[in-house]
Amino acid sequence: MYIIVVGGGRVGYYLVKALIEEGHEVLVIEKDESLCEIINDEMGSICIRGDGCEASFLAEVGTERADMLVAVTGDDEDNLVSCQVAKHMFNVKRTIARIRNPQNEFLFKALGVDVTISSTSIILETIETEVPTHPLTHLLAFEESGQEIVIVKISEESTTVGKSVRELEIPKESKLALVVREGGKTRLPTLNTTLRAGDRIIALTTPEAEETLRATLRGT
Amino acid sequence: MKIIIMGSGRVGARLAGLLDADGHQVTVLDNDVYSFRRLSSDFKGTALVGNGIDQEALRRAGIEEANVFFALTQGDNRNVMACQIAKHIFNVPRVICRIYDPLRKDMYTTLGLEAISPTTVFSDLLKEQLEN
Repeated sequence: MYIIVVGGGRVGYYLVKALIEEGHEVLVIEKDESLCEIINDEMGSICIRGDGCEASFLAEVGTERADMLVAVTGDDEDNLVSCQVAKHMFNVKRTIARIRNPQNEFLFKALGVDVTISSTSIILETIETEVPTHPLTHLLAFEESGQEIVIVKISEESTTVGKSVRELEIPKESKLALVVREGGKTRLPTLNTTLRAGDRIIALTTPEAEETLRATLRGT
Repeated sequence: MKIIIMGSGRVGARLAGLLDADGHQVTVLDNDVYSFRRLSSDFKGTALVGNGIDQEALRRAGIEEANVFFALTQGDNRNVMACQIAKHIFNVPRVICRIYDPLRKDMYTTLGLEAISPTTVFSDLLKEQLEN
C-alpha cells in the first residue's frame, strides 16, 4: 500500500520504520528540516519537507493515489485538517488521525476521519483492564450496533454470590455470554447457573445498561 | 446578539470593539492574556483566556447560547477546527472562519463553512487599487 504519514516526530518516526518493515510504500511529510534529515539519512529518501495540510503540496506528492493517510503530528487541529483535505480533495480511502484530547474523538469521526487514535484513551483503557479491583471492564466496542463486550467480576462481598441467574433481573439490553470460574473453567450461563465469588462474567450490553448490569450481577 | 470572537489579534480586537459599540454582547477568547491589550479601553464585553479548540473553554465562553462565532487566530487549522466544533457540536447558528490558504478556504466552503480568505480578498483589493 502507498501510505502517507504526516508528521515525522517520535510517533511518526517509529510508525514509519514499522510500516517500511511490513513492506509498504511510505512517504513522510514533515515541516522541520532536521527531523526530515534524520529520517532520510536512516531510512532512505522518503521524507519531504512541507505542510501536510496544504492542498497544493499534497497534490505534488501524489496524494490522489495514496491508499491511506495517517496524521500523527502533535497538534489535533493539524491532524484533523490533513485528514479532511486528503479525504475531500483527494478521495483517500482511509484516513487515520492521532488525537491528544480524547474529547475530539467524536468530532473527528463526525467530520469524516475514519480512525482516531488517542494515546490518553488507550492508556486509560489499559489501566481499567489491568487494575484488578475494577468491577467492570470494557473488552470491546461495536461501533455500528452501539454495543460492547464487558467483563464483570464477582467478589466475595457481592450479595449475589449463591444466587442463580434466574433470581437476577438482568437488563434486557444485556446478554450474559460466558462465565469464567476461578481456575479458568468456563461455562455457558443458563438460568440455573449459580454465581460464585471469583467468577468473571463476560456479557454483551449497551453502554446505557452497563451500570444496571454491573449492579445486578454484583448486588449492592 | 451573543457573539464569541476567538483570537484577539488586530482584526479580532477591532471587530470586538465595533460589535460592542453596536450593543452586542461580545466575548473575546485568546490563549494569551497579552493579546487583550489590543482591546479598546471602553470595551464592555468579556475577555477570556482559553484555547478555542477546547470544548470546555468554549463552554466557559458561553458557546451554548451564542448566536455567532468568529474564528480569527493566525492558524488556519485552529480556526477550521474551532468553527467545526462550534457548528457541529454546539450548533451555533452562524459560524464565520478566517482561512488564509485560498485552497483550504474553497474546500471548507464546499463542506458548508462560511469562510473568508484574507489572501484572496486583499490581493484583489490591491489589484483594484492599482487599476483605479
